[in-house]
Amino acid sequence: MRSDRGSRAPLSLKIAAAFGLLFLHLPILLIFVYAFTTEEKSYQWPPPGLTLKWFGIAWNRPDVWAALGLSVQVACIATAIALVLGTLCAAAVSQTRFFGREAISLLVILPIALPGIITGIALRSAFSLMDVPFSVWTIVLGHATFCVVVVYNNAVARFRRTSGSLIEASMDLGADGFQTFRHIILPNIGTALLAGGMLAFALSFDEVIVTTFTGGQQSTLPIWMLEELIRPRQRPVTNVVAMIVVIVTFLPILAAYYLTRDGDQIAGSDK
Amino acid sequence: MTMLGMETQRTSILPRRGGLAGALSDTFWRHPKLLLFLMLTPPLLWLGIIYIGSLIALLLQSFFSIDEFSGMVSYEFTLATYAQLLSPANFDIILRTLLMATLVTIASAFIAFPIAYYAARYAQGKWKALFYLGVMLPLWSSYLVKIYAWKLILAKEGIVTWFFAKFHMAWLLDGLLALPIIGGNSLSVSYLGTFIVFVYIWLPYMILPTQAALERVAGNLVEASADLGATPRQTFRTVLFPLALPGIIAGSIFTFSLTLGDYIIPQIIGSSRLFIGQAVYALQGTAGNVPLAAAFSVVPIVIMGIYLWLAKRMGAFDAL
Repeated sequence: MRSDRGSRAPLSLKIAAAFGLLFLHLPILLIFVYAFTTEEKSYQWPPPGLTLKWFGIAWNRPDVWAALGLSVQVACIATAIALVLGTLCAAAVSQTRFFGREAISLLVILPIALPGIITGIALRSAFSLMDVPFSVWTIVLGHATFCVVVVYNNAVARFRRTSGSLIEASMDLGADGFQTFRHIILPNIGTALLAGGMLAFALSFDEVIVTTFTGGQQSTLPIWMLEELIRPRQRPVTNVVAMIVVIVTFLPILAAYYLTRDGDQIAGSDK
Repeated sequence: MTMLGMETQRTSILPRRGGLAGALSDTFWRHPKLLLFLMLTPPLLWLGIIYIGSLIALLLQSFFSIDEFSGMVSYEFTLATYAQLLSPANFDIILRTLLMATLVTIASAFIAFPIAYYAARYAQGKWKALFYLGVMLPLWSSYLVKIYAWKLILAKEGIVTWFFAKFHMAWLLDGLLALPIIGGNSLSVSYLGTFIVFVYIWLPYMILPTQAALERVAGNLVEASADLGATPRQTFRTVLFPLALPGIIAGSIFTFSLTLGDYIIPQIIGSSRLFIGQAVYALQGTAGNVPLAAAFSVVPIVIMGIYLWLAKRMGAFDAL
């Protein structure tokens, strides 16, 4: 939607929009303040004093590092699987027409459209039916299932913008299917895949509901956080970890935004 | 280069490609169905077999029941487990969850609209990007960290209490908390708190589709409506809102579905009365009553099935 240059937003709209954005951001900013508080036993506001010592204590906690390591490992493998499956699906759906094409879109979206608890409990009962022991791989299996959709969405959007005649031209000029894929298709969808991969990584890194069902004894970082939320042991350490998680997840999101901003997601942001 | 040029001049049909890759490529070109089959097999195996298979395995369990004496699952077809859903205690859980999902959806639609409308109609260039990131960053930041932030905010000694006390409005907060049902000891153990956190966490999912729908409304439609003498209120009701509705419905799919299935938010911020997700979690875990847990998880699936069907009829999927 575009309006004439002269028209200005009514004040009430501006206030409502600003209020909404503040509502979205203030809680996250508050975490940053709490990471420095000297108060240990409660969530007292305003903080009685500020200190840096919790950063050192959090740094020396092996359980935090173990959880972080597992999260990164799971997110990497799940992202790799999602990239392959999501790209294949997107290519099939956007390049050809076949019976059941719409059903595939639905199938890909289903794991994220259905509540996470259903995906979790379904996978859990399937694992126990098949006598699969819980391990890192069962966590990966769960994560990859719902990560496919973000890769798929990004790739489908890019395929839609990539003209089919480019591919035909490449074939006409004598390139075989693999050469066309490597020199024409991949450069065209590359950034979309990178963006999709980063979002998939962020999604997996943060996922907690499915993980509570498919994880065994190991805890990923979100599971660690959840345990701290239910039974707090050392609140200031949780504050510090929360702040670091916010910073770490912001980076791939910003990167994904800059990779896809040329019209994929914000139509017409340029003049 | 010249060699290739000469060759193509002589014959318009290229020679058969050599090598395995070439032969494979030629085969795919001649049989596109084969390529399609190969492309679709891995994802379909994964999603169709592992995921859908698990779902079906789960749903089948809801037709079994648990033996009251031994506590073991008896593998005989029965609808008794579904009948248990209708017992007052269980039916309460379903109603409570549905009511919460509805209220959360309505509230997020109200808060989302101004942001989406401003971003779609007035924000340009740098501001547009800022709005986009302003919605995307909270959407993608860690779910648990966001809940944790609200635990800090809503705690009895937290910033909300401080804020109300500072502006001499402690009576207002106390009055809210004294309300039956939605109140409680502090905001972090009341339905009111659960509601606020639900709205906060799912709000971006409402903003994005609403904005996408509003982007597609031509600005001159609004101007034409004003030129024809409509008040802003009339323009909103008869032009803007109907055109934004598919987007709002698309957003409501997310807010509604996510609230239906969530069990972490009410567990951390809320009273002790259960929501569907918590019931499923408790039943399959400590209680070991997987059939009833499965029957409970069928409820959101059925509700979302009906919801999606209605949404599709209202054209919500074009706005996604």
